Amino acid sequence: MAYLTINNLHKRFDDHVVVHDFNMSIEQGEFVTFLGPSGCGKTTVLRMIAGFETPTSGHIRVGGEDITHQSPQKRGIGMVFQSYALFPNMNVTQNIGFGLKMRKCDGAEIARKVAEVIKLVELSGKENHYPHELSGGQRQRVALARALVVEPRILLLDEPLSALDARIRKNLREQIRDIQRRLGLTTIFVTHDQEEALTMSDRIFVMNQGRVEQEGRAEMVYTEPATEFVARFMGNYNLLGAAETQRLLGLNINGHMAIRPESIHVLDAHSQQADTLAGTIRQHQLLGNIIRYQIESAGVTLQVDRLNRTASDLMPAGTEVRLQISRDDMREVR
Amino acid sequence: MPTSPDSVTHCPPEAGQARKRLAPSALNWLGVVPFFLFALLFLILPTATLMIGAFQDANGHFTLGNIAKLFDDSILSAYWISFEVSAASALGGSLIGLLLALAAIQGGLPAWIRPTLMTFSGVASNFAGIPLSFAFLSTLGRMGLVTVLLRNYADFDLYSTGFSILSFIGLTLTYLYFQIPLMVLIVTPAIDGLRAEWREACESLGGSSVAYWWHIALPILWPSILGSTLLLFANAFGAVATAYALTGSSLNIVPILLYAQIRGDVLHDQNLGYALALGMIVVTGLSNAGYIWLRSRAERGRE
Ligand SMILES: Nc1ncnc2c1ncn2[C@@H]1O[C@H](COP(=O)(O)OP(=O)(O)OP(=O)(O)O)[C@@H](O)[C@H]1O
Ligand SMILES: [Mg+2]
Repeated sequence: MAYLTINNLHKRFDDHVVVHDFNMSIEQGEFVTFLGPSGCGKTTVLRMIAGFETPTSGHIRVGGEDITHQSPQKRGIGMVFQSYALFPNMNVTQNIGFGLKMRKCDGAEIARKVAEVIKLVELSGKENHYPHELSGGQRQRVALARALVVEPRILLLDEPLSALDARIRKNLREQIRDIQRRLGLTTIFVTHDQEEALTMSDRIFVMNQGRVEQEGRAEMVYTEPATEFVARFMGNYNLLGAAETQRLLGLNINGHMAIRPESIHVLDAHSQQADTLAGTIRQHQLLGNIIRYQIESAGVTLQVDRLNRTASDLMPAGTEVRLQISRDDMREVR
Repeated sequence: MPTSPDSVTHCPPEAGQARKRLAPSALNWLGVVPFFLFALLFLILPTATLMIGAFQDANGHFTLGNIAKLFDDSILSAYWISFEVSAASALGGSLIGLLLALAAIQGGLPAWIRPTLMTFSGVASNFAGIPLSFAFLSTLGRMGLVTVLLRNYADFDLYSTGFSILSFIGLTLTYLYFQIPLMVLIVTPAIDGLRAEWREACESLGGSSVAYWWHIALPILWPSILGSTLLLFANAFGAVATAYALTGSSLNIVPILLYAQIRGDVLHDQNLGYALALGMIVVTGLSNAGYIWLRSRAERGRE
């Protein structure tokens, strides 16, 4: 049985419905991500799980126990905030030890556990620093340590890395994932960065307007988007409307056709292969190891990615080519 | 450099504009001249006169006699009473003001309460001198409205308890009228600075509401509260008009003693007046300095 289950969760602020009929279940030790654009309700769902917000209706269960109306103090759910939320009047040791103090642990035990977790998050030497004396990445590690040290049943991370610069973000991302694996912690990670979601998660819940738009293993959500929204959000898909699909591919569909840029093969204009389309290169963009072309075919502009192997690979604008798209790489989405 | 004014003046079509651009800086200086003039005439010069005068005798010779006189019993006791009234009204004002501000900001009251309280506080914190004294005399004086109502309808004679509006209690009560709103105004930004996530982080770590106030909110607010209390103290210590208008010369506090020296009745000794004023400046200056130091400490802790 799943460890955390959420059934028919709704949340309304005045007249504004922010979370509609939200359902999910995750296993113990799993690392899942809520991925979605700003304002889609990620934080609100997280806050309901933590107990800071009361659902309008629905149920939240952990290990079979209904915690929907339990106070945050009793839930044993740790939270790491985007803004760190460290207590400014306490130093690193005191911040991290706070939860243990609230649990009435004795001094020696607190000191031992705090020292342990400080080592885990690599903050040795900063024990007596105050939050304003730390960098953003260090503050976020204190916040992580503070949540970890009380051994929460579930760890919630609300965009914990979004205020940090790219290099520290990557570093901390790996560190968080590593600690999570070692401790076997059930974790929900919120982000609006699809790359972050893809690299970190066991499973991704793509959210849109307060609903789960699609859930699945990271590689599934990326390669098999179920809806137009997911295809757009996961990035770079060529999305063709019904009319464009008919014109370009001669197929009749209802929704959209999603084709990934790297799945379109570019052949030279004299190719004799069957089932190819004529196209003209309009533009190219160098993205390091790949070259992204804008290729027009039957009045439709397609994005096509090719590996950038040698300088002579580059095809200038105006080049006539033939395009080959395998039926398996075309995905019809709602 | 495109932003330098010189390069603009070399460019004929924009020459007129350049003149306009230079003009404001001269105008800006002209604009603050009244302020500097005012500060010079009514703050710097008088303070300088006062500081020099405090060390001169009636003939203009240097002396430490005036300062020595400050340690006479009668004057020391005036300072002491001033100190007591100021301290009592500062402590009372900051405690009540803090609770009021907390209730209005964090108490989950209807949204209109806060702006109403702030507007009222803005007005009331400036209510002082003769109007304030008159208001208190006509409510809590011997024939004041509240006194009379209590006597006629509650059968309670306020003055039989030894209460007098002209006394220590009376003056403290009157000062509280502007001290409480002043506290509300200066402590509000500090309370606004308490972030909701601190409370939430505390809760999710198992801390109760009491634990939040005791371990987090109060320690964070503490420098602001202490600093504000010092500011209130300085404010009361210097409040001469209200004290005089209310008690005349019946209560022996420094501002009144000072007034007596300068006004030119029997006690008249202008240089002693200067010394008295210098003492007040030192006291209010010290507590203001304490306020500023504590406030900067409070701000430094913010992330
Ligand atoms: N306390 C509240 N009162 C009213 N509306 C709220 C409240 N909290 C959130 N909302 C609204 O709910 C919606 C979802 O907010 P939420 O913070 O959950 O989004 P999010 O997915 O976390 O976005 P972001 O990526 O920007 O953090 C937003 O439209 C927001 O304005
Ligand atoms: Mg959010």
